[in-house]
Amino acid sequence: MRFVDEFRSAEKARALAARITELCEPGRQYKLMEVCGGHTHTIYKHGLEDYLPEAITLVHGPGCPVCVIPMGRVDDAIHLASQPDTIMTSFGDMMRVPGSHGSFFDAKANGTDIRMVYSPLDSLKIARQNPGKRVVFMAIGFETTTPSTAMTVLRAKAEGLENFSVFCNHVTIIPAIKAILDSPDLRLDGFIGPGHVSTVIGCRPYEFIAAGYGKPVVVAGFEPLDILQSIYMLMRQLSEGRSEVENQYTRVVPWDGNLAALTAINQVMELRPYFEWRGLGFITHSAMRLRDGFRAFDAEALFEVPGVRVADPKACQCGEVLKGVLKPWECKVFGTACTPETPIGTCMVSPEGACAAYYNYGRMNRHRVVEVEVSRP
Amino acid sequence: MCLGIPGEVVEFLPDQADLARVDVSGVRRVINIGLLADDPPEPGEWVLIHVGFALSKIDESEAAAALQFLEGIGQAYADELAALAESRIE
Amino acid sequence: MSDRRASWVDEALREHEEHAAAGAVSDREQQVLDRIDRARRRRPRIREERITMSHGAGGKASRTLTEAVFLDAFRNPLLEPLEDAALLQVNGSRLALTTDSYVVSPLFFPGGNIGDLAVNGTVNDLSVAGATPLYLSAGFVLEEGLPVADLTAIVASMQAAAAAAGVQVVTGDTKVVERGKADGCYINTAGVGVVEHDLALGAATARPGDAVIVSGPVGDHGVTIMLARGELDIEADLSSDTAPMNGMIAGLLAAVPGVRAMRDATRGGVATILNEVAVAAGVGVMVEEDQIPVRTQVRGAAELLGIDPMYVACEGRLVAIVDGQQSDLAVAALRADPLGEQAAVIGRVTADQPGIVLLKTAFGGTRIVDLLVGDPLPRIC
Repeated sequence: MRFVDEFRSAEKARALAARITELCEPGRQYKLMEVCGGHTHTIYKHGLEDYLPEAITLVHGPGCPVCVIPMGRVDDAIHLASQPDTIMTSFGDMMRVPGSHGSFFDAKANGTDIRMVYSPLDSLKIARQNPGKRVVFMAIGFETTTPSTAMTVLRAKAEGLENFSVFCNHVTIIPAIKAILDSPDLRLDGFIGPGHVSTVIGCRPYEFIAAGYGKPVVVAGFEPLDILQSIYMLMRQLSEGRSEVENQYTRVVPWDGNLAALTAINQVMELRPYFEWRGLGFITHSAMRLRDGFRAFDAEALFEVPGVRVADPKACQCGEVLKGVLKPWECKVFGTACTPETPIGTCMVSPEGACAAYYNYGRMNRHRVVEVEVSRP
Repeated sequence: MCLGIPGEVVEFLPDQADLARVDVSGVRRVINIGLLADDPPEPGEWVLIHVGFALSKIDESEAAAALQFLEGIGQAYADELAALAESRIE
Repeated sequence: MSDRRASWVDEALREHEEHAAAGAVSDREQQVLDRIDRARRRRPRIREERITMSHGAGGKASRTLTEAVFLDAFRNPLLEPLEDAALLQVNGSRLALTTDSYVVSPLFFPGGNIGDLAVNGTVNDLSVAGATPLYLSAGFVLEEGLPVADLTAIVASMQAAAAAAGVQVVTGDTKVVERGKADGCYINTAGVGVVEHDLALGAATARPGDAVIVSGPVGDHGVTIMLARGELDIEADLSSDTAPMNGMIAGLLAAVPGVRAMRDATRGGVATILNEVAVAAGVGVMVEEDQIPVRTQVRGAAELLGIDPMYVACEGRLVAIVDGQQSDLAVAALRADPLGEQAAVIGRVTADQPGIVLLKTAFGGTRIVDLLVGDPLPRIC
C-alpha cells in the first residue's frame, strides 16, 4: 500500500531508535504524551514501544472522542433511538460503549433500529430511502470528523431533507490539552501532536504549548515510522533546549489547516459554553452544537432528551489515566472488574482508549526490546 | 479522530459535484471531495480519506522528502555500524 | 441535574472485591498481569439479559455463551473438547459428528451462495477432525415469499458442492416461517464421517516447537460478505473462499505424520483459533505478521474500515499445528493442492507466556493478539 508500507519499515525504525537513544541525557527520564487515540492504537498495534529506551515513557492522552462521551449522553442517544419510527445511525466505534442500561448493541438486541455507517453521507442516504422515518446521526469525533458532519448537514439542507438530524457530540482538542497542561499532578516533557485533527486546524493552535508552557510539540503521522520520527524530533528539541511546534506529517498536514473545512464547521456549528468530558469533568468551550439556523437538523432541539448526568463509579480512575498520572495497569480495577467486555470507564471503552489498547495489545512481559546498537556513546 | 487512509483519485462522478471515486489497493469507494474545493484533486493524485470525505491532498514531494530523510538516517546508521564493526576487527 | 448510577457497574465491582480479597492488589506490573490471567480463568458467566449479535461472532462473547449455557447444561466428555467435530466410538468404529447453521445475508455473493457454505463448511469441520466426510443432513428454514428459483439455485449449488467433495445429502427437513423471519433462508447441516487412522488430533496436543501453518490468504470470505451487504458502498473484486478442503487435508495427513491439530478458520478468524490452541494446550503462540498471507484487496478494505484480517472469517482455509521438524513437508503437501497454493508457516508454538498469542509486527515490535468481544467493527478513530 502506497504511503503506508514505506512508513512501516523495521530497518529504518532501528536507525531512528538508535538516534533517539543517543539523545537521551544519562540519568534523565522523559515523558512524552501522544494526545490522539489513533496514535495510541498505532503504538500498541505495531509494538512501537519495543524500540524506545527505558528512559522514555509514552503517556497516553485524552484524544479518544468515543471514550470521553459521558454515559448520560449515551443514554440520551439510546432514548432518541428508541422513539417510534426512528432509525439511529452510528459509527462502529460507538456500538459497544455502555450507557447506564447498556450499549447501542444491547438496544439493538431489544429491537431498536440502530444501524452502523461508515460515513455521515451513508446516514443521509438512509434518510432519503426512508422518508417515513426520522433518521438521526450520532455525530462524534474531534475536528478531524466535525467538517464531515457539517458538510453533511449542508447537503441535507440543500436537498430540503426533512427527516434527517444530528445528535452532536463533537469535541475540540485544544481545551483537552490545556486541561492536561494545567493539571497539577502531571509532568510532561513534550507532545506528539494529533496528525489528522491538524489537517483541519493546522499547526498554529499548538503554539501556545511551546511558547506559553515551554513544551515542544511535533505533529505526527499515523504510521509507526511517523511516530518514531516525531519522537526523534521531540528528543532533538529537548536536547537542544528548544520548544517549538514542528510538523513531521508534512505530506498531509498543511501548516494553515483546511480553510474550507473550518468554514463549513463555522457555518453550521458553534461552541457550547461547556461540555462534560468523561474522566476530565466539565471543560468550557470544548464541544460543538448546531447553530440556530440549522435547528431543523439538530436532534437535541427537535426532540426531548432526558439529559440526566450519570456519574462514573468511585472505583474508576480514568481521570488519572487520561492525564497520564497512572499507567493503565496501575488502576486498581484494570483487567479484573474493568475489561473490554465490561468497561467501567472511558479508557477501556474504545479500542484506542489507553486501557483497552494496553489490555488488547500490550498486556505481556516486557522483555521484548528490539536490539538497537548505539554507534555513538 | 484518526483513521485516515491514503487513496488514489480514479475519476469524478459525471453529474455529481463534489463526488469522486477513489482506489485503495484495488478497493474502490465514492467519496466527497468538497473539503478540497479550493484546490480539487485530479485523477492520479492521492488524498487522505476519513469517513467518506477527502480531508487533504497527499503531497507527493513531501512524502518523497520524508522517505529520503528516513533513508538518509538509515544509511548513516548503517555506515556507522559498519565503521564500528571494522574498527573492532583491528 | 440529577445523578444516576449505572447498576451493572456495581455488580462488576462486587466481583472484583471478591477477587481482590483472594490476593493482595499490588502495583507491580507483572503481578497485575498475573491477577488478570487469574480473572480470565474464572468460571464464565453471562452478564447480559438478552442475546446480542456479539454472541454469534465467534469471539469472547460466543465462547462465554457456549461455556456458560451450553456446556454447562450438556456437559459430557465428548462435548468438552469443543473442537469443530465430536469424535465418537460406535461399535469399534471411530466416527466424527458435526453440525453448523448458515444464516448468511445476502444469500448470493461473489464466489458462491449459502448452499455452498453449508456443504463445504460441514465437510471441512469433519475433515479437520481427521475424518473422511461421508453423509450430510440438510435442514431448511424458509421465509414465506422466498422465490422458488432462488431455492432451486441454492440446492443445485449444494449438490454440486457435495459431488465435488464426494459426500451425499441423505436426509433433510423443511420448515416455512412467516415473511420477515429467516432472512430468506437458513440452512442447518449435520455431517458424519469416519476416522480411518490412529492419529489423536486435537488442539490440546500442541507443544512448544510446533509450527503454525495457514493454507492460504485470510479474510476473503468475511470481507466479501461485508462488502456484498452493500451498506458500506465499497466495490472490490473479491470473492468468498468457500471450498471443500477434504482432498487437501487427506493429502496433508498422508504425507505428514506429525500433524497435531487442524481447524477450519471460520467466524472469529485465524486469531480466534490461535487463542483456542494456546488455551487448550497451555502453550504460547508466536506468529509473524509479515508471514500471514492476505490478498491486497482484503488488506485495502480492512485498512479502509479499520479492521484486522486476522479476525475475519474464511470459509476454505485451514490452520494446522504441525511438528516443527515437519513444517516444510506440511507446506509442500498443502501447496500440492490448488486450494493450498499460498500455504505458509506463520509462526510457532512456544513455552513462553502460556495461553497468550503474541504477534511480531512487520514493524518489528511485539504485541498480543487477544480474542475480540464480538465481530470486528469498522472504526473511524
